[in-house]
Amino acid sequence: MVNVGGASMSTPVIGHQYPAKRYSLNRASLVTYANASGDQNPIHQNEDFAKSVGLPNVIAHGMYTMGLAATYVGELAGNSGQIRELAAKFVKPVVVPADVDVELEISAAVTSVLDSVVSIEITVMCEGVKVLAGAKASFTFEN
Amino acid sequence: MLNPDHVGRTFTGSRATTITQEDIDSFAAAIGERNTKVAPPTFSIKITLAQSQELLQGSGLDWSRVVHGEQKFSIIRPLIAGDSVICSSTIESHRVVAGNEIVSVRSDLHSTQGDGRELLVSTWSTLVVRA
Repeated sequence: MVNVGGASMSTPVIGHQYPAKRYSLNRASLVTYANASGDQNPIHQNEDFAKSVGLPNVIAHGMYTMGLAATYVGELAGNSGQIRELAAKFVKPVVVPADVDVELEISAAVTSVLDSVVSIEITVMCEGVKVLAGAKASFTFEN
Repeated sequence: MLNPDHVGRTFTGSRATTITQEDIDSFAAAIGERNTKVAPPTFSIKITLAQSQELLQGSGLDWSRVVHGEQKFSIIRPLIAGDSVICSSTIESHRVVAGNEIVSVRSDLHSTQGDGRELLVSTWSTLVVRA
């Protein structure tokens, strides 16, 4: 029942709200993600190209946002190896203009606890807008 | 437009992909993940999206207009460095909404090691081909 770094390590209960965490991304981190994932689509790196296909500016890879959400869930679970399911719909783009850090705020609430499997609903906000819909995960919880 | 004959068919890759610690380390670093003993939960996308593109090449799907709509992962056993996996992709559904094609692709990663060709990870990608 000790709070370690803000995350309660006691068995989660339905409705429990985990503390939100902020993650920042910028043009350089998009390039790092592109290189690590192999997704070199120019809409995630090249402003002229992104605008030429009707986007407001360079946008983050949906999978980068989902990857950050997975990192957040891994911390709740104890480690990322406990995660069994992860799902999300990419409903709004995360726009990343040049020379700025864009902040994502990620939070989660417990929706069910069955034996040692905890299911959560994840919220990812960018400048007051929900960028993922139906984002959820389940993980095995070790006491 | 996707050839409707391809819906329900499974295309299995002929080459195995071996996961290296470097692959895991760089992917983990990119998403701020500190645990590198196992691959991060979304790591499989690195294999499945590229492989399904290759496997579904003859399907008539226009990849240049594809937008990622939805993604799901089911992890039976997290991938680790040294795993060798084969990807098989199935077009589970295809529909056209307001001229946009919505294609749902399931990709399974099976281990090539051991006897049972154990299923390690399943991924579902909903792809939207913009009109």
